[in-house]
Amino acid sequence: MSGAEVAGKLQPTAVTRRGRLVNLRGFAGSLAIAVVALGLLIAVSYLVGEYRDEQLARGAFYFAAILGLTVVMGYGGKISLGHGALMAVGAYTVALLVADEHWPLAGAIAASAVVAAFVGLILGAAASRLHGPYLAGATLTFAVALPQLGNRFPETLGGENGLTINPPAPPGFLGANFPPERWYAWVAGIGAAVVLFFVLNFKRSVYGLLLRACRDDEVAAALAGIPVGRIQTFGFMVSAACAGVAGGLLTVVLQLAQPGAFPLELSLSLFAVAVIGGLGSLWGAVWGAALIVLLPNWSHDVANSLSLSGNVAYSMPLLIYGVLLTVAMLVWPSGIQGALRRVGRLGRRFASERLIRKQPLTEQGSS
Amino acid sequence: MSKKSAWLLAVAAGGLIAAGCGSSSSSSGSTVGITPTSITFGTHQPLTGPAAPGYSEIAPASEAYFKWVNAHGGVYGRSINLIVKNDEYNPTETVNVVHQLVLQEHVFGIFEGLGTPTHTKVVGFLNAEKAPDLFVASGCPCWENGVEHPWTFGWQPNYTIEGKILGQYIDQHFAGKKVGVLYQDDDFGKGGLAGIKDEVPAKDIVSEQPYVPGTTTLAPQISAIKSAGAEILVDFTVPIYTAIGQLTSFTLSYHPQLMVSSVGIDPHTVASLLQTISKGKASGTGLIEGAIAIDYLPSATETSNPWIQLFMKIHNEYEPGTPFDGNTVYGMSTAYTLVQALKAAGKNLTREKIVKVIEEQGATWKGPGLVPFAYSKTDHAGYIGGEIGKIEGGKLVLTGPPLVTQPTAGTPITPYTTPQEPPPPDGIPTN
Repeated sequence: MSGAEVAGKLQPTAVTRRGRLVNLRGFAGSLAIAVVALGLLIAVSYLVGEYRDEQLARGAFYFAAILGLTVVMGYGGKISLGHGALMAVGAYTVALLVADEHWPLAGAIAASAVVAAFVGLILGAAASRLHGPYLAGATLTFAVALPQLGNRFPETLGGENGLTINPPAPPGFLGANFPPERWYAWVAGIGAAVVLFFVLNFKRSVYGLLLRACRDDEVAAALAGIPVGRIQTFGFMVSAACAGVAGGLLTVVLQLAQPGAFPLELSLSLFAVAVIGGLGSLWGAVWGAALIVLLPNWSHDVANSLSLSGNVAYSMPLLIYGVLLTVAMLVWPSGIQGALRRVGRLGRRFASERLIRKQPLTEQGSS
Repeated sequence: MSKKSAWLLAVAAGGLIAAGCGSSSSSSGSTVGITPTSITFGTHQPLTGPAAPGYSEIAPASEAYFKWVNAHGGVYGRSINLIVKNDEYNPTETVNVVHQLVLQEHVFGIFEGLGTPTHTKVVGFLNAEKAPDLFVASGCPCWENGVEHPWTFGWQPNYTIEGKILGQYIDQHFAGKKVGVLYQDDDFGKGGLAGIKDEVPAKDIVSEQPYVPGTTTLAPQISAIKSAGAEILVDFTVPIYTAIGQLTSFTLSYHPQLMVSSVGIDPHTVASLLQTISKGKASGTGLIEGAIAIDYLPSATETSNPWIQLFMKIHNEYEPGTPFDGNTVYGMSTAYTLVQALKAAGKNLTREKIVKVIEEQGATWKGPGLVPFAYSKTDHAGYIGGEIGKIEGGKLVLTGPPLVTQPTAGTPITPYTTPQEPPPPDGIPTN
């Protein structure tokens, strides 16, 4: 790390700025990031075909779910293998509210955040008392059990058949020929941008700071008077709300909430791509979302070209996640984003070393 | 994120928006998926998952028939391609693969998409896209309303029709006996149950037990049916649950007269499933011997039937080494109907045209089916009946006569007397 970078991190202003409940500059900054990200998605949606639009929509809601994992795992230091189930909570909430109660989409998606946050409260209360493999096991059970509720209450939740909603029509001013897939991408993009905005602010808020303090050293945090359990439970709630919105958006995009959308593989994949993308980093969540949308199709193509048998071919995505996860843990513990950063840093160092060679008189210590 | 990268993003976004305004989209017309030399269909099939055993043979059988047609010059010089996607019998995956087929692969239409819980999730989409959705491999009534879904056509008999014919058989041969029904908890099982209830007096139906596909045990259901004292067990099950149900009955020393819808009784498929599930303890078709079944296509083991001879010849040429069973006959028969439709639609094929010819001429098409199709402008149902048969010596032996009826309650069941016509010499429909 260069001297300037260290100095930048030690700047006292940076610390005081983060201390406030809602940092004004941070607030405006995160709003700008969310708006730009949404603008980018809308722009891309015009450039690509309908299927890519749908993939954008999927990417957007997976991005929201991975942001949820970023909160709980990146900032909170807790593991969760249960986010697929939290997505199911959000998805069924939206399906029930829109199909049966005729709520508007925005209201239903907001409700999905609230309901999922409540489930997250229960899960978080258990999570704050558990560590490591025990927590992984508990959340894993949750991921396996919860989507089966749909089959337990077929009258309300539709069983294996699931619940469907009418496809949300693009608003009239976009014209009659506006592709619905592009509209879904926009809706999912708006939802994901709102989640992004909230997560950015959460990270910068005092609660985000406290959550990270608990992650780094629970004992020290407790000694400093931080209610560790309550903060971690709150972190889980925020994370669950993100996953709930993601699930709600899934219902909008697929017009379907059904147990088959939330298999154990989903929870495991979300976990894997969050880590492979780069935990705790927003760009990491972007890579993760891209991976979870694109990898299954790619791996099917690879499996087809190798003419593997059906069962092998359709287990390929999970196999690839597993291999990537192991490799990432060994080689780039901070994921794709960490690797990209390292490459960037190497590039910069290479450039600066060339500069140094041109000016042989100065001697600089760079590790 | 630093201020600099935020600026970079903003600039990139602006550039992309500017570029986006220049490009125009929407190129979908009615000849999507057709070239002068080819026509491409897509399908979603359970190649893995709970419905895969047996059903995974259907699409390869259809492909084999298409290869036969292509080798004989195709249809008006066009060879038929079929892109098969695995949806694992998972409705969410069905949505994914069908959207991919239509929006990315730009197929002409979807052919024999398999399953009730799966295909119901894409019917709205396919009709909105105006993509022909031909010969859904499911007997759900969901495909039959030509007004509501003008682009969707069923093919196999409505499950309620099968239920009615099985129910009438119970009424005629086992009058007064107690009946238990094991059914898949979706439109397939419920449709079949409705047919049974239409024919069998309510007091005789002593137990109705649903199961959810994906479950690994049927012990609670079979125990309940047994303790209700049912002497007849009617299965509206996919093959794997026919097998699990029979194994469970065997372990519970429960031996009712089994009756199974056409969906779950292919003897070869059920036998191999029984062998796998019991880890080799139950070999052969012993556990389904004597079962009463229904079919609307000639039995795969009826080697004297000229249609079976034709299909076997194609099977041996284009998919050697794979089993030849009811699923093979099914896959080739639907493919035959598709080629009939393509021939009838003529050289200047469009998506609209194929729908129109099925509505106008489909009811007159002859083929491997034992009963006629219902197709009309408003009714998009396929076969309207079936023939009762029995598993004897591990083979499905149809005992006749073919019966036809309507799914609506109370409509009579009548024999269909027109004999089956042999296939054309080259095996390609002439219409």
